[in-house]
Amino acid sequence: MWEYSEKVREHFFNPRNSGPLEEANGIGDVGSIQCGDALRLMLKVEPETEIIQDAHFQTFGCGSAIASSSALTEIIKGMTLDEALKVSNQDIADFLDGLPPEKMHCSVMGREALQAAIANYRGEEWSDDHEEGALICKCFAIDAVMIEDVVKANDLNTVEEVTFYTKAGGGCAACHEGIEEILAKVKAERPGMGETSPPAACPATPEAPKPPAKKLSIVEKIAKIQEVLESVRPMLQRDHGDVELADVQGKKIYVHLKGACSGCMMEAATLGGIQQKMIETLGELVQVLPSSMMPVEA
Amino acid sequence: MDNKPIYLDNNATTRVYPAVVEAMLPFFTEHFGNASSIHAFGSEVGKALKTARGQVQALLGAEHDSEIIFTSCGTESDSTAILSALKAQPERNTVITTNVEHPAILTLCEWLEKEGYIVHKLKVDKKGRIDMDEYRSMLHGRVAIVSVMWANNETGTIFPVEEMAAIASAKGIMFHTDAVQAVGKIPIDLKNTKIDMLSLSGHKLHAPKGIGVLYLRRGCRFRPLLRGGHQERGRRAGTEASASIVALGKACELALQNMEKENTEVRRLRDKLETGILSQITHCFPTGDVSNRLPNTSNIAFEYIEGEAILLLLNKLGIAASSGSACTSGSLEPSHVMRAMGIPYTAAHGTIRFSLSVDNTEAEIDRVIAAVPPIIAQLRKLSPYWGENGPAANPEAAFAPSYS
Repeated sequence: MWEYSEKVREHFFNPRNSGPLEEANGIGDVGSIQCGDALRLMLKVEPETEIIQDAHFQTFGCGSAIASSSALTEIIKGMTLDEALKVSNQDIADFLDGLPPEKMHCSVMGREALQAAIANYRGEEWSDDHEEGALICKCFAIDAVMIEDVVKANDLNTVEEVTFYTKAGGGCAACHEGIEEILAKVKAERPGMGETSPPAACPATPEAPKPPAKKLSIVEKIAKIQEVLESVRPMLQRDHGDVELADVQGKKIYVHLKGACSGCMMEAATLGGIQQKMIETLGELVQVLPSSMMPVEA
Repeated sequence: MDNKPIYLDNNATTRVYPAVVEAMLPFFTEHFGNASSIHAFGSEVGKALKTARGQVQALLGAEHDSEIIFTSCGTESDSTAILSALKAQPERNTVITTNVEHPAILTLCEWLEKEGYIVHKLKVDKKGRIDMDEYRSMLHGRVAIVSVMWANNETGTIFPVEEMAAIASAKGIMFHTDAVQAVGKIPIDLKNTKIDMLSLSGHKLHAPKGIGVLYLRRGCRFRPLLRGGHQERGRRAGTEASASIVALGKACELALQNMEKENTEVRRLRDKLETGILSQITHCFPTGDVSNRLPNTSNIAFEYIEGEAILLLLNKLGIAASSGSACTSGSLEPSHVMRAMGIPYTAAHGTIRFSLSVDNTEAEIDRVIAAVPPIIAQLRKLSPYWGENGPAANPEAAFAPSYS
């Protein structure tokens, strides 16, 4: 069993502020049932002062998820919204005298619920903000911006730590390379510069394709497509799958997914990954589709 | 209120019986010799090992006592069996197993895949049953071994391994079964089957941890995992863990004596527990093939709440069980067994396994039946997926998080 602090146990056994809040005027829903953690945070905000008069939660999750939710409501009650926005996941963990590393994502979820609830109160669309980054972890829907934020805030150095804090990389593990890239990038930024990281930067988003020097001939284009497919085949073959070019029709590239890849739950993700590479290599927007979607009359 | 601990996690491990401890103790201080030695210190031990081998043989219904190889644990037996089959038949490169096996098999198979072997995992239906037609269609000349568990550790679902072994045998393919959960709980008679290899683990049947057995049918081609000594007829080198082997022998003898009680009294208590819980709580259901499972196991999915939270509250009342939720194991997805059966996420995270033994009493079961409903109600009250008296109308829509 986990080594939970007394405070975690106490907040789990006697959660504060649980259940619906009738007069809530800011609600934040985060998490998902797939991951086994979901949190709804309900705030009652005094409009004049923006002070959080009351906060309630409903949580689907383990002991530390419930304790983190309870702690969060205790922390933010009486704060103004601007003060509350400064509450970090580490503050939640500290309030509970620490959380096991595998459970840090519970506190991250708490902070996100807070941001979502405040955005909801202010009539903002919190999720838009969230979708800025490229999706890195497809199993748990964690994007680059979120990983980068958590890496910076908690001074993380390994993929394992990122998984503990965000869940990213904890499923199929196909994104470990992507996480390593973010870690390397943050690490490179860490010493020196003396500037806070520019919030506008969204570095993990793939660069917009550069226009090719000249238009590729169809032969050159197909050669490049084959090159990309060759580069991903070893990865697929390792999982007893394979991919083969079926046809190219305009901006649509049809491929046969074979072996373990065909019908695999990750099929869409696999195609998405190939498509990204195609776009980068060809320098133009193309769509990669399974051969089953080819028009009947080609 | 009586708060004496109630142990309902016997599929995880069991209490070593006092009679078993008593049997093994002299082998630490009195009969401490090495069975290989010529002198009297050694020969005493040699005789005891022979007795223990016979006791294991009797429980398994093996034809010869030399078919019993003592190992350190179930996992070692599993690895030995599969690696042996691949080594002994280099022209065969495929392993057939199921996607609900214990990690002792699945993790090994993942590694074998990285080494270039082909692993085919049979799927199960929503009750955890294998499609025998799919199985038959997978058997071909390059299959080195089929490894299928006798009973599932999470749901207790029993696979038709005797029938499957006969089918494999007819095609000249070796058959191994991980029977760690089945041995001691249901009758086994290996001499009348076509099973070539079987793994068992002592600590699942009231022997200590750190002792296991690989049953190896006479004539089955074999390559040892550990080389370096003549012990176990050269098939598993390393000085015999004599005290543990004696203990396992005694535990097997007791298991045989308890077999009827296990399948009558324990089954009755399990059924009472399950019925008692299901009749009081809505939105919960037993998982697996309930009409064909181990007599001691009940796995119940409680929808819209999470297993670790249930376990913590049960533990507070002195009740020990286990869960297939992601959080309890430190992994991030719910149990692979639940996912293989297509149990929805709303329920998979809330699965609780109760596994009994002959030690459990009627009074204990009554206490658990009374304890569970308030815990479930308490956690559902906290859940965003749960409304006043039932799941929120259309839970997916009622709670649609910003990212999911």
